[in-house]
Amino acid sequence: MPVDVSLPAITRPTAPPSPLLSFWRSFRENRGAVLGLAVVSIVILVAIFANFLAPHDPFEQYRGFTKLPPIWVDGGSWTYPLGTDALGRDMLSRLMYGSRISLFIGLSVMAVSMVVGVVLGLAAGWFGGVVDVIILRIMDLIMSIPSLVLAILIVAIIGPNLTNTIVAVTVVYLPRYVRLVRASALTELSKDYVTAAKVSGVGPWRLMFVTVLPNCLPPLIVQAALGVSDAILEAAALGFLGLGAQPPTPEWGSMLADSRDLITSHPWVMALPGIAILITVLAINLMGDGLRDALDPRLRKS
Amino acid sequence: MSSEPVLVARDLTRYYEVSRGAFRDSATLKALDGTSFTVERGKTLAVVGESGCGKSTLARLVTMIETPTSGSLRISGNEIAGASKETLRALRSKVQIVFQNPYGSLNPRQRIGHTLEEPLLVNTNLSAKERTEKARAMMTNVGLRPEHYERYPHMFSGGQRQRIAIARALMLDPDILVLDEPVSALDVSIQAQVLNLLADIQERLNLAFLFISHDLSVVRHIANDVMVMYLGRVVEYGTRDDIFHNPQHPYTRALLSATPMADPERKRERIVLKGELPSPLNPPSGCAFNPRCPLAFDLCRVDRPELLAHEVSLVACHAVNKPEAAPKAA
Repeated sequence: MPVDVSLPAITRPTAPPSPLLSFWRSFRENRGAVLGLAVVSIVILVAIFANFLAPHDPFEQYRGFTKLPPIWVDGGSWTYPLGTDALGRDMLSRLMYGSRISLFIGLSVMAVSMVVGVVLGLAAGWFGGVVDVIILRIMDLIMSIPSLVLAILIVAIIGPNLTNTIVAVTVVYLPRYVRLVRASALTELSKDYVTAAKVSGVGPWRLMFVTVLPNCLPPLIVQAALGVSDAILEAAALGFLGLGAQPPTPEWGSMLADSRDLITSHPWVMALPGIAILITVLAINLMGDGLRDALDPRLRKS
Repeated sequence: MSSEPVLVARDLTRYYEVSRGAFRDSATLKALDGTSFTVERGKTLAVVGESGCGKSTLARLVTMIETPTSGSLRISGNEIAGASKETLRALRSKVQIVFQNPYGSLNPRQRIGHTLEEPLLVNTNLSAKERTEKARAMMTNVGLRPEHYERYPHMFSGGQRQRIAIARALMLDPDILVLDEPVSALDVSIQAQVLNLLADIQERLNLAFLFISHDLSVVRHIANDVMVMYLGRVVEYGTRDDIFHNPQHPYTRALLSATPMADPERKRERIVLKGELPSPLNPPSGCAFNPRCPLAFDLCRVDRPELLAHEVSLVACHAVNKPEAAPKAA
């Protein structure tokens, strides 16, 4: 039984561009973001294949070759392209293995805080009232303490090691995710399509996670991408203070700290982990900015 | 269930507690105050009134998004007040809603096909294939093309989106369709298409429509009965012809006189209402309409008129129901 009202005819239906493709098109416009993506990909590949790429064991101490400069400085050798540290360990290998730890910290902090943030944020937005107030006040409490101080406090209480660093940094960055999810959930919950879903009998779980959550994702993805770099920085800061990964683990922050007293005599030993942190964080931020521009149509160039 | 109208409301009331800050008592907002009406299968009741008169609250009560503060609401012979969860769940699929804004009423991350199948997914045990078949059949029924199945809402125009919203509302074979200003966000030519589609569907499926609108020319086109509301209360209730040709309540007359007519010959006498809609938190004493009413007299300021039969319609107005008490000069 077709209806007699006709729609304007389209002679040849063309397939609409897939959301992924249109996303990539607008992401590609931002050169910095593409560069960031490339660098991040390289760092990830290095981290995954560190055991094949690294020329030496990161823990092996070559006692005869301590504090060698990198290859482009007088006295450098191809055996140790980026030189060696005070104990004669190969810097390049340590940096490569260090990328594993930094990325692991960054990604696990992001994953955990995103999951917890989504659950708490949706709960706050959905239940409202007392639940909302309690969750938000706890988040306010966390945010009212300077992040590094809070992280130091948590690590001091539960003990300094890699896992606890992740816990501490997760707690510190949790409020951002919770507030972000709650704010977008509240916006989405007031929209008609949510009411329509309720009227057609969709239950609360499905409503929250299938109907509302996908519409809250774009700002969350951007926050997560930028959150990785923040977490890496924060973990490096904790490592620098001796509260993160413990020696001899090749963690960039603790590598910085270990070579503190060489800053005047052998600046390369201290500079290299710092440069590694800088490049990684910068690349992730560039990528995150591009991601935000591509996901937020309001910022899209017309 | 046999002869009873599909939707019967008696003294339906919805109050909201409004917090006015930490140091003041919360106030009671009477969004809907004692509304009674019936809608039969295949008929359309239009609810008319300006913003804030309780139209949308009525829609939320009938679709069971909110529960009434008091009063009785019977859907297909089942009482809503105090009904068990299972009954409510079963009844919920009998009343579906189409919203005003087609840009907000579709999930932007769901393909159209999935949007249409979701009600079946959560309410029935149909297999994925049967759901797809039903969704595709419904798309044809509302004038959508098969290739639209895979598309996202942002690829559609307002009129097409409203067709999708109507299709979604029909997926569960409802008895009642609540139409909350379904065409006021569309331009006039598309309005006509969607109204024709609605009329066609009503005739085919024998649905009861609760049509909420502020556009009287649309109401004249589609309604069987008309209910005029002012500040949460019904002021006049009658058949379409009675309301349009023989309006009794001064508010109805003012509304009708404000409707634009495409007839340059016709001399219009516009009744211009003074003042604003009063705050529903602090309604005027007596008849809520008295500060703006051209016929108001002393009784209107102290006593609230009841909805009484006058000629063929129901009217809540002292000047109409008790002409002997009204001063002649009014």
